[in-house]
Amino acid sequence: MPSLKDLRNRIDSVRSTRKITKAMQMVAAAKLRRAQDEAENARPYTERLNAVMAGLSESARASGHGPKLLTGTGRDDVHLLVVMTAERGLCGGFNSSIVRLAKTKAQELAASGKTLRIITVGKKGREQLKREFGDLIVDHVDLSAVKRVGYASAQDIAGNILARFDAGEFDVATIFFNTFRTVIAQEPTAVQIIPASFDSVGSDAAPFHDHEPDEEAILDTLLPRGVAARIFSGLLENGASEQGARMSAMDSATRNAGEMIDRLTIEFNRSRQAVITNELIEIISGAEAL
Amino acid sequence: MAKEMRFDLVSPERRLASFEADEVLVPGSEGDITAMAGHMPLITILRPGIVRARGGDGDREFVVSGGFAEITATALSVLAERALPRDEVTADFLDALANDPGSDDPDATAKYTADIAALRAALGL
Repeated sequence: MPSLKDLRNRIDSVRSTRKITKAMQMVAAAKLRRAQDEAENARPYTERLNAVMAGLSESARASGHGPKLLTGTGRDDVHLLVVMTAERGLCGGFNSSIVRLAKTKAQELAASGKTLRIITVGKKGREQLKREFGDLIVDHVDLSAVKRVGYASAQDIAGNILARFDAGEFDVATIFFNTFRTVIAQEPTAVQIIPASFDSVGSDAAPFHDHEPDEEAILDTLLPRGVAARIFSGLLENGASEQGARMSAMDSATRNAGEMIDRLTIEFNRSRQAVITNELIEIISGAEAL
Repeated sequence: MAKEMRFDLVSPERRLASFEADEVLVPGSEGDITAMAGHMPLITILRPGIVRARGGDGDREFVVSGGFAEITATALSVLAERALPRDEVTADFLDALANDPGSDDPDATAKYTADIAALRAALGL
């Protein structure tokens, strides 16, 4: 049975832990708002860019000789996995759910005899992948110094990937990130960015356009931007998901701490009562003996 | 026929403008284009330069780093990687643009540098 002092110390320590998790939850809530706004602001650009590219790539595919970024290298041997995670922990299953998806995909590809290369974005994913796939990680992008993920970060990552593609280091590139659904639900997602694929061209396909200079030149400029835009929206989804995951993780931690404090307080009161009762018994039996 | 067209200017990070305009001048890669309502559908690449939109409440100007414009009979959308309203543009912004030609092709880079120089002269920065 712990002494009264031990119990009091434990209650104090749980109480200060609760303060910290509560503060982290509130910070995450504030950051989540901002991250959601940013994701919202980025949407028009990505949507328009994708719509235009989808229209253009239809005709380029039909003609059969589009840019490599669209049609691929003609092979499917070397896969590049870009695993985007957070720089910090304490956000529930956020990082591990991305890593789990990436691992499953990696094992599938390895089983079918493909060569793998991995680029990690964010420290946490690297730490988790290092054990199993350490020798496959070709590069790591550190965003811990970046306070607010901007388009420039996405451009840097895209530049890195495109340079490797031009050098013929891989045939297919896929990015992994968490899509933000709600505060409590984030969905690990894999999106293939090279060769670019567009779903939902839809029936409201763009009207016939004239092009200046010409379709191919436009595709040549747009496709690299499309890669950057997809990475950017992945980063933003990740940002919102991370804060959402942290918020709910910290919320349950706070609630847990509260319950623990209640339990410990009851135990504390009980043992205090026991001590008092004991003392009374001693006094009474002392008096009776006289 | 409608007299006005919807003008949208978006960058990856935010939507800079969205309003009805009478005419819009965009710096196309092959030369400036002024579009009014009823324009033939056109997609064009932009060079670094000034986008000028004339609307009911006067002209509004934006500096864009390039990108592309999609023109239809009723709307004109400019998608620029970097864009700022003209009066917020500083010499630093132009320097940052100049350092990032976004291509390894020497011809393209030379053209880009010339475009930036022209833009600098036009803005007096």
